[in-house]
Amino acid sequence: MDRIPILRMGNFLLVTIQIDLYDRLAINLETDLVNMVNKTQAKGVLIDISALSIVDSFMGRILGNIGNMARIMDAETVVVGMQPAVAITLVELGLELKGVHTALNVVKGMELLRNKIKDLDTGEEEEEEIATNEDSTE
Amino acid sequence: MKQDISKLLQKKKKNIIEDWMNMQLADAGLREDLMSNDELREQSAELIDALLKAITEQNLDDFNSASFNTVYEILSGISISRARQGFSPRETGVFVFSLKDAILQTLIIELKNDQETLIEALVAMNKLLDNLGIVTFETFIKGREEVILRQTDEITEISTPVIRVWDGILALPIIGTLDSARTQVVMENLLQNVVDTGSTITILDISGVPTVDSLVAQHIIKTVAATRLMGAECIISGIRPEIAQTVVHLGIDLSNIVTKATLASALKYAFALLKLDVKRIQKEK
Repeated sequence: MDRIPILRMGNFLLVTIQIDLYDRLAINLETDLVNMVNKTQAKGVLIDISALSIVDSFMGRILGNIGNMARIMDAETVVVGMQPAVAITLVELGLELKGVHTALNVVKGMELLRNKIKDLDTGEEEEEEIATNEDSTE
Repeated sequence: MKQDISKLLQKKKKNIIEDWMNMQLADAGLREDLMSNDELREQSAELIDALLKAITEQNLDDFNSASFNTVYEILSGISISRARQGFSPRETGVFVFSLKDAILQTLIIELKNDQETLIEALVAMNKLLDNLGIVTFETFIKGREEVILRQTDEITEISTPVIRVWDGILALPIIGTLDSARTQVVMENLLQNVVDTGSTITILDISGVPTVDSLVAQHIIKTVAATRLMGAECIISGIRPEIAQTVVHLGIDLSNIVTKATLASALKYAFALLKLDVKRIQKEK
């Protein structure tokens, strides 16, 4: 059975889809990816679909699902390199991939992920600081 | 004894042409600026030749028969070329219907002693020439429509330029009404340019869109969503007061989209997103 390789890069998981996805493969990818997020405690998932030229509603939903699943497991998802035709198709199908972030290419995608995670980290720290401040005033 | 109408017409061809030419020349709407008299005569002669050749005693009632095909072809050719040259429908109409007058006149003169044949011939010729008139108008309008279609294509071609206003910022001023077909062109153009230039911000300027109804708004929202899917930000600019009014009255939700009143403010916002700063240079004294 074909599988899409999932690479680990520090805090991130990297998926490059080089072939046209068929349904079975997409479902496997979804399961594998969620398991990997759980196993590696990854903070970000980057999916490169620049080689994907055909997309249908199922594939669009899988992409959206992956984003939502990763989010509730505390990981951000970025889809990069979408072809214009694919974007138009998804919009016409009414799938706007609300749960995922998008970027033009891998470089910009990585940058976006880093910023997102930095934001999250600093956000948490600030909260902690506020908490400590409150403690001290009491 | 019944006379053969087709033979009679053949014999009187010269008369008919002369009558026809005179009628055409007498018409007030004659356009000598568009077509010279010689050219007109040539066209007329060609049509009559083909018509009289096609008419036989048998097919006079049946104008769908194949023998009239050449006549229709010639007539279509004339009609289309006239549509392109800018003749009015009336002028084109006169061209065919004056032929009818000419032929009927000849028949009346020639057959005045044979009432029965005359009536029969008149009815048949009337039908035939009316049919030719219909063909003329059909092709005339088709010719006009071709012109309109070509112009529409040209408008869509020229009205969707994607401008690279800054490194990483694209602007697309939309002029004219957005329909589905145009949105498709605009969207494809914009997305392709996003890929080609690697721009992360696009500004859609709709100050040239006369009215925004729910359909147009739908198209704009789609374009924004598609740009977002590609990984670029899309800003809508050029929202005029009337557009803001209609959008709110129609209950269209644009709150998920960044909207700016002018292209300048959209550009400013884009600079801020890219962490760029535009400053006036302070000259040191």
